[in-house]
Amino acid sequence: MLSLHGLRALDRKLVRDLVRIWPQALAIALVLASGVATLILAIGAYRSLEETRRLYYAEYGFADVFASATRAPAALESRIAELPGVAIAEARITRHAILDLEGVTEPVTGLLQSLPDRARPLLNRPHIRLGRLPEAGAISEVAVNVAFADAHGLRIGDGFDAILNGKKRRLTIVGAVLSPEHIYAIGPGDLMPDYRRFAILWMSRTTLESVFDLDGAFDAVSLKLEPGAREAEVIARVDQLLSRYGGTGAYGRADQISHAFLDAELKQLAALARIIPPVFLLVSAFLLNMTLLRLIALEREQIGLIKALGYANAAIAAHYLKLVGVITVVGIAIGFALGTLFGQSLTRLYGKFFQFPFLVFEHDGDLYVVAATLTLAAAVAGALRAISTALALPPAVAMSPPAPQRYAHLPGEASALAAHLSQMTVMSLRNMVRFPMRSAMTGLGLSLSVGLLIVSLFAFDAVEAMIDATFFGSQRQDATLNFRDEQPVRITTDVSHLPGVLRVEPFRHVAARIRNGQISRRLTLTGRPDDTLLTRQLDLALAPVAVPETGILINRRLAEVLGVERGSLVELDILDGRRGTRMVRISDIIESYIGLVALMRMDQLNRLLEEGPVVSGVHIAYDRDREAALFRAIKATPRIASIEQQRHALSRFRATLAENIDMMTSIYIGLAVVVAFGVVYNSTRIQLSERARDLASLRVLGFHRREVSRVLFTELTLLALIAQPLGWIIGHWLAWLTIQSFSSDLYTTPFVINTATYAKASLVTIAATVASALTVHQRIAALDLVAVLKTRE
Amino acid sequence: MAEVVFQARGLTKVYRTGAVEVRALDGLDLDLFAGELVVLLGPSGSGKSTLLNILGGLDRATDGLCRFRDIDLVRLDDRGLTEFRRRYVGFVFQFYNLIPSLTARENVALVTEISEHPMRPEEALDLVGLSARADHFPAELSGGEQQRVAIARAIAKRPDVLLCDEPTGALDSHTGIRVLEAITAVNRELGTTTAIITHNAAIKDIAHRFCRFADGRIVETTSNQKRLAPAEVSW
Repeated sequence: MLSLHGLRALDRKLVRDLVRIWPQALAIALVLASGVATLILAIGAYRSLEETRRLYYAEYGFADVFASATRAPAALESRIAELPGVAIAEARITRHAILDLEGVTEPVTGLLQSLPDRARPLLNRPHIRLGRLPEAGAISEVAVNVAFADAHGLRIGDGFDAILNGKKRRLTIVGAVLSPEHIYAIGPGDLMPDYRRFAILWMSRTTLESVFDLDGAFDAVSLKLEPGAREAEVIARVDQLLSRYGGTGAYGRADQISHAFLDAELKQLAALARIIPPVFLLVSAFLLNMTLLRLIALEREQIGLIKALGYANAAIAAHYLKLVGVITVVGIAIGFALGTLFGQSLTRLYGKFFQFPFLVFEHDGDLYVVAATLTLAAAVAGALRAISTALALPPAVAMSPPAPQRYAHLPGEASALAAHLSQMTVMSLRNMVRFPMRSAMTGLGLSLSVGLLIVSLFAFDAVEAMIDATFFGSQRQDATLNFRDEQPVRITTDVSHLPGVLRVEPFRHVAARIRNGQISRRLTLTGRPDDTLLTRQLDLALAPVAVPETGILINRRLAEVLGVERGSLVELDILDGRRGTRMVRISDIIESYIGLVALMRMDQLNRLLEEGPVVSGVHIAYDRDREAALFRAIKATPRIASIEQQRHALSRFRATLAENIDMMTSIYIGLAVVVAFGVVYNSTRIQLSERARDLASLRVLGFHRREVSRVLFTELTLLALIAQPLGWIIGHWLAWLTIQSFSSDLYTTPFVINTATYAKASLVTIAATVASALTVHQRIAALDLVAVLKTRE
Repeated sequence: MAEVVFQARGLTKVYRTGAVEVRALDGLDLDLFAGELVVLLGPSGSGKSTLLNILGGLDRATDGLCRFRDIDLVRLDDRGLTEFRRRYVGFVFQFYNLIPSLTARENVALVTEISEHPMRPEEALDLVGLSARADHFPAELSGGEQQRVAIARAIAKRPDVLLCDEPTGALDSHTGIRVLEAITAVNRELGTTTAIITHNAAIKDIAHRFCRFADGRIVETTSNQKRLAPAEVSW
C-alpha cells in the first residue's frame, strides 16, 4: 500500500489520480520515452563515434593530406616537408599485390604499405594488437590488419605467398595491427569491406624499395598540416612538386576513402537525430493534451470545489503540472535507459563495422539535459491549453454540471446514402465531427506511426533498387582485374586465353579533377569501348545507353554537385599521365548510385591523354566451373595487381547492410508500435470515459456488448482508415528527407518505396490499433449500467 | 383474472462493499399483472430501484424467484438478460439518458432498428406529443421534452413492460404532469404493463395499484378504487 502520510491533500489527490489512470499515463510516458531514446541513441552514437575517431586520429597521427606518384626521388620528401603549411611529411611506398593463401582458391588483393626503417612512423601509425611491426630490412616479415587475420584465422608466425613485382615471395606474419587510415578498409572498386579478399600489409621500407625497384625513391606521401594551414593551397603545391614524377593528385581527408565513409555514417546519424525524435515529441504533446483535457473535464466539479475552498489558480495549475511532470519524468527516465542501451549497441555495431582499437562511449550530461528539456517543453506545451481551461472555470459554474454537448447534423446527411446508415453509425460520425481536433489528432498520431514505419522499412526497397541497378543493370561482370600499370590493349587477348574466360572488356582509369567554376571533385575518369556488354551505362530511366563518341557522361550525383546539366561544359584536369586542363562537354547524365562517375569512350580518353591504346584493367565473364583454374592462372600473372569479384561484392554488400539496417529497423518498428498503441489506447480510453453513459444506455436498451463496442470502433476504424493515406504521404516525405541526408559523394540511395512497404506499414499500425482497441473492449464489459444511469450528466 | 407478467417470491438482493453488507431486498413477494399500471412508493434506500433493476434485467437477485412469464430471470446470463431487455422491456430514467449525438427521432429509431414489430419513430413521438420536435437534438429540448423522447424511445418497440425510475424526479410539476400523461396514455392505448417508481406519494392516485416499500419489503399494497388523471394530481 502506498503511504501518502505527510503529503498535502492536493498531492494525495495527485498520487491517487496517477494510480487510477496509470495505463494511460504509462502509454504517454512510453511515447515520450521513444522520443528521448531516439535522440540519445542517435546523438549518443554520433558523439561516441566522433570522439572515438578524434582520439584515434590524434593518438595515431592520421594524416591530413595524401598524395601518390609513380616514382619520386627521396630528396623530394624534405622539399614537401618545407612547403608552407606543412608540419610533417612522410614518404612511403604503397602498392597493390595479389596474395595466395593456402586453402583459399580465390586470389586475395593486398595493399602493401611501407614502414620507415629508422623509427616508428610519424603519421598513420599502426596500433599493434598482436605481435610487433616488421624489422627494418627483414624481407619476409609482414604485419597484417587484424580483420584480415581474423577472417582467415591467421596467427603470428603463419605465412602466405604474395606476388610482389611479378615474383612469388613467402611472407611471415609478425604482427596484427589496426590503422587510422583503414578504419573502413575496402579493396579497390569495392563497396563494402571484405576482409577475406582484401588485406592491408605493412612491410619494411627497405624491403619494399628493393622489391619494387624503388631504391632512393617513394611513390606515396602523407602530410600533417600546421594549424590554420589552407589545405587547397598545400595540395596545389604538392601537385606541382609531384607532377614530374607521375603524381596522381593530392587529396585531403574528405577524399580519403575510410574517412569519407565514416563521415557519411556520422552524417546519417545526425540526420536521424533531426528527423525522428520530433515526431515522438509531437505525438506525446498531443496525447498529454488530450488526456489532461479529459481529466479536467471529469474533475470539473472538484476543481470548482477546490477553488471555492480558497485555493488559488496557481495551486491548481501546479497540481496538474505536477501530474504532467511525473508522467514526463517517468518517460524521460525510461528514454534515458533505452537510449543509452540502444546507443551503446549501435556504437558497438559500428565498432564491429569500422576497425577501431578502442571505443569511447560518450555520455555527456548536456545531451541528457537537452533531451530532458526538449521533452519537458513538449509535454508542458501539450498540457498548457488543458490547464488553462481548468483555470478559466469560475467556481460556481464549475460546480454545476456542464451543459449537454451540442451536436449538429452532418453535411450531406439528407442524401439517400445517409438514410441507409444505422443510428449507431450516425452516432460515430457525429461524434467525430463534434470533436474535430481530437479526431484529427488521433488520425494524425496514427498517420505518424504509419510514416515512421515506412521510413524504417523503405531502406530495404531502396537498397534492393540500388543493387538491382548496380549489380544487374550496370556492372554485370563476374570479376574485374586491375593491372599494375597501364598495359597495351593486346593484353585483352592474353586475358581471353586464361582458363574459363568467356568475355573480356577493357577499361582505362585515370585520376582526374572535374570542375565547374568554384566547385570541383576528384574522381576516377573511366574510358570504355563503345561495345561493352558486361558493364553498361544506364540513363536516368535505368535503360542502357551507349557511350557517345564525343563528350563525357557523368552520373546524376556529380551533375547535382557541380550544378551542370546535359550540354554544359566542364573543366577536366587530368592528374596523371600528361597533365593539363581540358574543356569537355557533358553529353548526357546517367544514373549510378555508387560514387562520382565520369566516363567517356576509351579511344577518346587515350587521345585526350595523348597516349596509344592502353588499358588499366579488364572486366571479365567466366565459366564458374573453371574458376579454380582461372584463379591459379591469375595468381601466376604478375601484371595483375588486384581482383574484384562481383559475386562477393554483392553478398558482402547485402550482408553488411542487412546487419546495419536490421538493427535500426527493429528499433524503429518497436517505437512506431508504441506510438500507434499509445495514441489509440489513450484516444479510446478517453472516448470510453466520455461516452460511458451513452454506451451504458445502449446496453440498457438491449444492445449487446459487441454492438456497443461497434460505436466506439466505427469511429476508430474510420480514423484509422483516413490515417493510412495521410501516413503514406508523411512516410513518403520522411523517407525523402532521410534519402537526402543519406546521400554522399560515396553513394546515393535511390528514392524507391515499394507498394508492399506501404501495405506493411499500414498492417502493423492497424494491428497495433486492433490490439489496443481490444484492451479497451474488455472495459465495456465492466461498465456499471445501473450506476451510470443513476448519475446526472 | 389478468395474466401474471412478473412473479417474485422471496426475492433477496444483498450488496457487499468490503465488510459492509446491505440487504436491499429482503425476501420480497410481488405479482404484476398484464396491462396494469403500478406505482412503487417508498423512501430512498427502501429497495424500489433494486426491484426495478432486477425486473428489467439490469441486475440479478442474490436469492429467491423472479419470473417474467415463463422466463427465469435469476438464471439468465449477461447475454440472456440483454436479449430479454431488447425484446420485452422499455426503460425510462430520471435523467432521460438520451444519446446527445442523435436527434429525437433518431434516439427512437435506435430502438426500432433492433426490434421485431416496432411502431414508426414518428408514431411513437406522436404518442408523447412531440412530433413537431422530432429533428431536434437533446441539447435543444427542455427537460420535459427530453423525458418524453425517452418515453417514446421506450415504447416504440411495443414492449411488454415499461419500467420508469423516478420519471418526474428532475422535472417541475407542470412538466411532470405532461410526462405522466404520456405514460398513462401508453398504458391505456397499448396495454403495456407499467411500473413507476417514485417517492412522490401524490402520483399513486394515477395507478391501478400502489405498493409501499420499507427495508427491502413491500409493507402495503392498495388497489385504487378511483384513479385520477395526471392533470388532477398536484404536488
